[in-house]
Amino acid sequence: MAMCLAILGKIVKINDSHAQVDFGEGVLREVNITLVEARVGDYVLVHAGYAIQVLEEKEALETLNLWDEILRSETEIE
Amino acid sequence: MDEKRLFRNPDLAKRIAEKISKLAPRDEPVKICHVCGTHEWTITHFGIRNMLPPTVEVIAGPGCPVCIVPASEIDEAVKIAEKDVTITCFGDMLRVPGSAMSLLDAKAKGADVRIIYSAGDAVKMAKKSRDRELVFFAIGFETTAPSTAVEMLSSPPRNLSFLVSHRVIPPAMKLLAEMKDLSLNGFIAPGHVSTVIGLEPYEVFPQEYGLPTVVAGFEPLDVLFGVYTILKQINEGKPRLENEYSRVVRREGNVKAQKLMKQVFSVADGKWRGLGTIAFSKLVLREEFTAYDARVKHEVRIAEGVDSHPGCMCHLIIVGKSKPNECPLFLKACRPEKPVGACMVGTEGTCRIWAKTINRQSRVIE
Ligand code: SF4
Repeated sequence: MAMCLAILGKIVKINDSHAQVDFGEGVLREVNITLVEARVGDYVLVHAGYAIQVLEEKEALETLNLWDEILRSETEIE
Repeated sequence: MDEKRLFRNPDLAKRIAEKISKLAPRDEPVKICHVCGTHEWTITHFGIRNMLPPTVEVIAGPGCPVCIVPASEIDEAVKIAEKDVTITCFGDMLRVPGSAMSLLDAKAKGADVRIIYSAGDAVKMAKKSRDRELVFFAIGFETTAPSTAVEMLSSPPRNLSFLVSHRVIPPAMKLLAEMKDLSLNGFIAPGHVSTVIGLEPYEVFPQEYGLPTVVAGFEPLDVLFGVYTILKQINEGKPRLENEYSRVVRREGNVKAQKLMKQVFSVADGKWRGLGTIAFSKLVLREEFTAYDARVKHEVRIAEGVDSHPGCMCHLIIVGKSKPNECPLFLKACRPEKPVGACMVGTEGTCRIWAKTINRQSRVIE
């Protein structure tokens, strides 16, 4: 098990402080969600069995657009 | 959301790499340091160093939480195990060398050492065998410490105690920033640790040390864009803190996790294998949890241990002063299945990552 590694998974079911999280390819695991405010359907970052943050999907797409824009605008300046 | 597909886009990667080449200094090389084993994995696995111009060097700092646990603390775990107490730990800890023995050696001699995947597993195990003493060997940075705090605050069973060896990252980054012979030019800050601690703890690096600092994620585009941003800041002469991993890292971090950590731990000076003692870098249990402190309960406290073994260069690897292939033992006497130093043990150890991906060093994102 990699220690500082955290992986993204999607919450499919919540039971109090624990959730069933789908890590893709049919891998379902129980994850402790005490540390986050998460709902079914959210993507959470899971580290050593605990969700430590919720992913903002919109933010991910905006980041890519922003990078694209930055790279473009600088090409124009050159 | 397919993060992998989105953040591995080869076109965008190529465009960023081109920009990096344009921004790269002509003669004075630039040295950028990351402090996370997962960053080292991404960089090595995707051959990112080969996409960078020769004047841009990315080095690996002390980002492997398993590698930096000092031998004295492994010795404590071994000593407790010898008292017929069950030790539960993450799999990576098993082979980390102690002064004389690893936990795996202790296990071979009959000690009860169990691999678990989370702090919660230790609690479950302790509840199942109430008549037996168990210890959870709690290691890891700010990504892992909150989970120990969660369990500590949920009144764990009395037959469980905690051997706490957690460390926090920013003080180690300070040590690197102050190393004259390392002369860094920028930091890629560890994304997952940042999800917990937020951005504030890194402000000091641009402000006091003049080092551009970028919080980055773990896909190839994240790392490449991080390098690009640092080079841009260097060119502009305006070092600052930027967050490229805003999809999971918020300015304030995970406030709940911080609160729980503060409730359970205080901060003390702590030893790091290969780095010596770093001020305010170790988490220790607060007084009200003394009943759960394995060092008190099982009466072990070992101050000194043998951290390095003859010929091992881990102390240089851990700060990026040497590369694994510069160690004469690399892939000879020291291999993943028979590690000599701690950097070859943890899946996030630099030597281990290089050993596992050696054939891929020339690969690029495709
Ligand atoms: S290759 Fe092995 S002996 Fe050499 S520095 Fe790495 S861990 Fe130590």
